[in-house]
Amino acid sequence: MGNQQKVPAHEAPVIEMHGVNKWFDEFHVLKDINVVVRQGERIVVCGPSGSGKSTLIRCINGLEEHEAGRIVVNGIELDPYSRHVDAIRGEVGMVFQQFNLFPHLTVLENCTLGPVRSRGMSKSDAEMLAMEYLERVRIPEQAKKYPGHLSGGQQQRVAIARSLCMKPRVMLFDEPTSALDPEMIKEVLDVMIDLANSGMTMVCVTHEMGFARTVADTMVFMDAGCIIESAPPADFFGKPRSDRTKLFLSQILTH
Amino acid sequence: MDERRPGPRRRRRGGPTALDFAVLTAVLSVIGYVGYRVNSVLVYQWDWSTIPGYFFRRDPKTNEWVANLLIKGLATTVRIAVWGMILSTVAGVLLAFARTSRRLLPRLVGWAYVGFIRNIPPVPFLFLFYFFISTQLMPILGIDRFLAHASPGTLSVMQVLFGDVALIPNFASGVICLSLMMAAYIAEIVRAGIESIPKGQYEAGYTIGLSRLQITWYIVLPQAVQRVVPPLTGQLITLIKDSSLVALISIQELSFLAMEIAISERRFFEVWIVTGLMYFVICYSLALLMRRLERRAAAHGR
Repeated sequence: MGNQQKVPAHEAPVIEMHGVNKWFDEFHVLKDINVVVRQGERIVVCGPSGSGKSTLIRCINGLEEHEAGRIVVNGIELDPYSRHVDAIRGEVGMVFQQFNLFPHLTVLENCTLGPVRSRGMSKSDAEMLAMEYLERVRIPEQAKKYPGHLSGGQQQRVAIARSLCMKPRVMLFDEPTSALDPEMIKEVLDVMIDLANSGMTMVCVTHEMGFARTVADTMVFMDAGCIIESAPPADFFGKPRSDRTKLFLSQILTH
Repeated sequence: MDERRPGPRRRRRGGPTALDFAVLTAVLSVIGYVGYRVNSVLVYQWDWSTIPGYFFRRDPKTNEWVANLLIKGLATTVRIAVWGMILSTVAGVLLAFARTSRRLLPRLVGWAYVGFIRNIPPVPFLFLFYFFISTQLMPILGIDRFLAHASPGTLSVMQVLFGDVALIPNFASGVICLSLMMAAYIAEIVRAGIESIPKGQYEAGYTIGLSRLQITWYIVLPQAVQRVVPPLTGQLITLIKDSSLVALISIQELSFLAMEIAISERRFFEVWIVTGLMYFVICYSLALLMRRLERRAAAHGR
């Protein structure tokens, strides 16, 4: 699709991570992470399991606390131990591997809960907004159903709509297709590609390399808590610099 | 939970087997034997004639039918049960959140309360707390003063809600005692429900901008309660049955009045059989109601 380098360097950064470190007890899970995500940029993070990809994006919205370094989101600094995290919640949308829909609420109520309770929107406005996004993820007809009655792919699309209803500046995706049956992966990826084409700033942790090639401005490869390589997809897939990247790519692309 | 769906899975609810008949025969013969002992060995003279008069009697002055002791007792028991359920559920939910709090102090308070209540029997608790509540707490609440200055309209509303106005302080003490006891058990049930909610539900709530309190109220509590309806039903039924304990502190509910009738009429079997049936009707109605709630929740799927 030739999306590479479409984001000019002068766009304002939405997320900045400088020298971020984090430990789980003795385990050094993030080591000196530096990432800048600019407005409209799409970043795909990949790497072997346990390399810290999920932890990295969970630090961006304060679901995990970082213990050293700076994270600035939307101009607000999350100091270590994340005291300003309330100010950026809702500005940073997140889609989880396990969907995490609220099973006791209908699809529509899942989508309106945030706008009504957190943004103070009226119920009817929130419902109109929710229907708009449910149409964008192509399941407006399921609005009155409960999540338990939907397929995995449909649930994940509802989760995307639920996040979008908060009108976030950035969307984080934490392995959004890893819990899905193969035939449902495409419907979710298609929605994500639409979203990327609409100019949303996105950080995606995923193993879907086809998606990455189509959508990413920058590929980030992580291993053992470090960012090993960060490059536009053409370079990343075409001429990876690091041996570890080459090994990873050969494993993930050949099977 | 999907057991209600029509389909081939219901097939195995088979008819009675030989074992069922054997058990049924055994049960019937035990009942027959007990009846035989009562009739021929105890030489008990059954006399049900006085019982209906204790449900309703004819007022000699106005010549109208009015409720007598059994119905009055039933009304008091139902009032105790309703207020007890409300108070103990609210207190139990609050305690459950205290016990699952991230901060140490609420956790410690909840833990101490549940540990204390669950490990002493109800009778000592009732006597000790009744003394404390009726002599210390009631004057602080100022119920007596309030009632002395209340308008007739207020008093008639109070009568419907709490029974005989003169006995309200006594009634309130009983309800509070019972609720304090039951709250500890309900707290443990609700806590199990809260702890069964996956972490992802909290995280999803955070990412759509909800505060901790909003997550608790809109996401965690409804699901936690939905999950614990069956054990909660059992505990509420226990509450109704244990409300007969407050007879010990002279609250004139069903068991207390039944005891009086049984003694004055010397008709123990008849009175207690009738009383037992009355409790059964209340408890079983509650169980049916809760079963409906449960099915409604199950209809959401998952």
